[in-house]
Amino acid sequence: MNVLTPETRAEIERQRDRYPQARSAVLPSLWAVQHQLGYLSPEGMAEVAELLWLTPSEVEAVASFYSMYFDRPGGRHHVLVCINVSCALRGADEIVSHLEGRLGCPSGGTTADGEFTWEQTVECLGACGGAPAMQVDHHFQENLTPERVDAILDEVRAAPASEPHGPSLWHRIAVRLRKAGR
Amino acid sequence: MAEYRLLTKDFGTDGLQTIDVYERCGGYEGLRKALRSLTPDEVVSEVKTSGVRGRGGAGFPTGMKWSFLPKDVHPRYLCVNADESEPGCFKDRALIDENPHQLIEGTLIAAYAIQAPIAFIYIRGEYHDQRLLLERCVEEARAAGYIGRGILGSDFSCDVIVHGGAGAYICGEETALIDSLEGLRGQPRLKPPFPAVKGLYGKPTVVNNVETLSNLPHIVLRGGAWFASVGTEKSTGTRLFCCSGHINRPGTYEVALGTPIRELLEEECRGVWKGRSLKAFQPGGGSMQVLLPEHLDLPLDMDVVAKAGSALGAGAMVFMDETTCMVDVSMRLVDFYQHESCGKCAPCREGTYFEADLMHRLERGELTTAELTTLSDICDNMNGKCFCPLGDTATWFVMSAYQAFHDEFEEHCGAGGCPVKRRNRELVPAAGGDRG
Ligand SMILES: Cc1cc2nc3c(=O)[nH]c(=O)nc-3n(C[C@H](O)[C@H](O)[C@H](O)COP(=O)(O)O)c2cc1C
Ligand code: FES
Repeated sequence: MNVLTPETRAEIERQRDRYPQARSAVLPSLWAVQHQLGYLSPEGMAEVAELLWLTPSEVEAVASFYSMYFDRPGGRHHVLVCINVSCALRGADEIVSHLEGRLGCPSGGTTADGEFTWEQTVECLGACGGAPAMQVDHHFQENLTPERVDAILDEVRAAPASEPHGPSLWHRIAVRLRKAGR
Repeated sequence: MAEYRLLTKDFGTDGLQTIDVYERCGGYEGLRKALRSLTPDEVVSEVKTSGVRGRGGAGFPTGMKWSFLPKDVHPRYLCVNADESEPGCFKDRALIDENPHQLIEGTLIAAYAIQAPIAFIYIRGEYHDQRLLLERCVEEARAAGYIGRGILGSDFSCDVIVHGGAGAYICGEETALIDSLEGLRGQPRLKPPFPAVKGLYGKPTVVNNVETLSNLPHIVLRGGAWFASVGTEKSTGTRLFCCSGHINRPGTYEVALGTPIRELLEEECRGVWKGRSLKAFQPGGGSMQVLLPEHLDLPLDMDVVAKAGSALGAGAMVFMDETTCMVDVSMRLVDFYQHESCGKCAPCREGTYFEADLMHRLERGELTTAELTTLSDICDNMNGKCFCPLGDTATWFVMSAYQAFHDEFEEHCGAGGCPVKRRNRELVPAAGGDRG
């Protein structure tokens, strides 16, 4: 029984055929699996191995090296807060403690309602000009204040399940923040 | 104004991310000129004349790098390094967000110069929206005949593949990038052989930074000699400096090389925030050594800044005001390197672990003065002894900060807390955080 949908499998095959060597498609394929399952399950990785003519352990060895792949299911949304220098100089610690209080779980945890998994990261996100900064579902949110964080989380929580990453959501957040003068 | 807009000249133009608007701004004329009137060797020689040096960190002359490719060995590959993960660095993101086609045009010019049939753009996983943008732009360029078979009626064919990373700073190192692109754990390879000789899939490969390549359309259109007339003799052209930290206007600013650092700080960044004074700054990103207010009059010139004991590196300027705790800053950077160490060599894998442990205890005021010597010893055992520069650079900021702020480090020993933060709280009793 495949755990990957025909669409995901087709995407992996499409990735495989883009490169001079099939193995180059490991990272894009793992992204496709995570997109479908929300994390990398052993079964999902085994299917990647089968489609790329590798062994499951070869795929797992690669997956475990990279910090953006999840090895367990998490919340519906993922929040990543930078605590590297430029963000720390402009108040990242305050954002972190605000998130911890507001979401009610420590970094790396998932909220009781399963909506958010959040973590702080020492990896600079490349948004130091808008520090302090975070990413919500891979999308940048910058110049954070506790009030802005609240507004963003509210809006993300209210988004329909069908469209967690949609551009219209980010647009709504931007409009809301502008209206609130934040 | 200190700004000199070359790569950023069209930034902010409505719709610049679409091919129509980019072409209306003169886009793809450089590629057209290269394909119609220059041989690949002539492009290489024009780039050599320009004197442009790599913007990814090491500052190696681009034209010279290309000429290391062995003659008549094919296929060759071009890798665009968009892994930008240096702490403090966000210029490549700006170049992609604001003008993605400029990068694609530069990529195609470089691919033509080195005769690469495929160019890979390796973009860090966190730049998810930027990857989607680039993928869309590549399709636009393909539809317009700039990518694919027989580009613009010439006999040059090239495909461009956008490849997303998945969270690993080390994949910015060129050989680790190649490993990652081959579908492996991204760990650096032994050099030599250099990628120019044996790189991606064992073939000759050039790795160039996003900003380096974004210069190419301008070099081809306006000539290498013109480009060399901007900047200083050995640091030609402009650079995008990513300015962050305790300043009034953070952001990326493009200035001609040779501009004094003070001008960048005062005119573009509008000075240090809250009327405070500058304590220290980092001129090249998290990897580079700390500089002091007395260095503000240095020109932004790669060799001059190197002589002062630091480097322009990837062009990230992090400014710190008088309230900054240098131990705290060092601790965060050490945490970063510990997290990002790929684990391949012992001095880096173990050394960053010890460094982080010591720095955390120092910041908490729990370290003894004797243990502070251990910190120096560990750094000594790492610097120059690691497999790749990641482990070396994991010591540079800490050691330079320890030297320049010796008393502050000592003061932390046995202090039972951070003495700098304690002082700050007494200075500003009411304010909790330190936001602008
Ligand atoms: C640990 C480490 C990380 C690096 N990260 C990057 C990076 O994110 N982007 C980049 O362009 N170069 C990075 N470099 C430098 C590359 O190895 C390489 O020199 C550069 O991409 C060459 O391009 P250039 O000559 O155009 O600068 C890094 C080097 C090291 C040692
Ligand atoms: S330090 Fe936080 S985004 Fe760079």
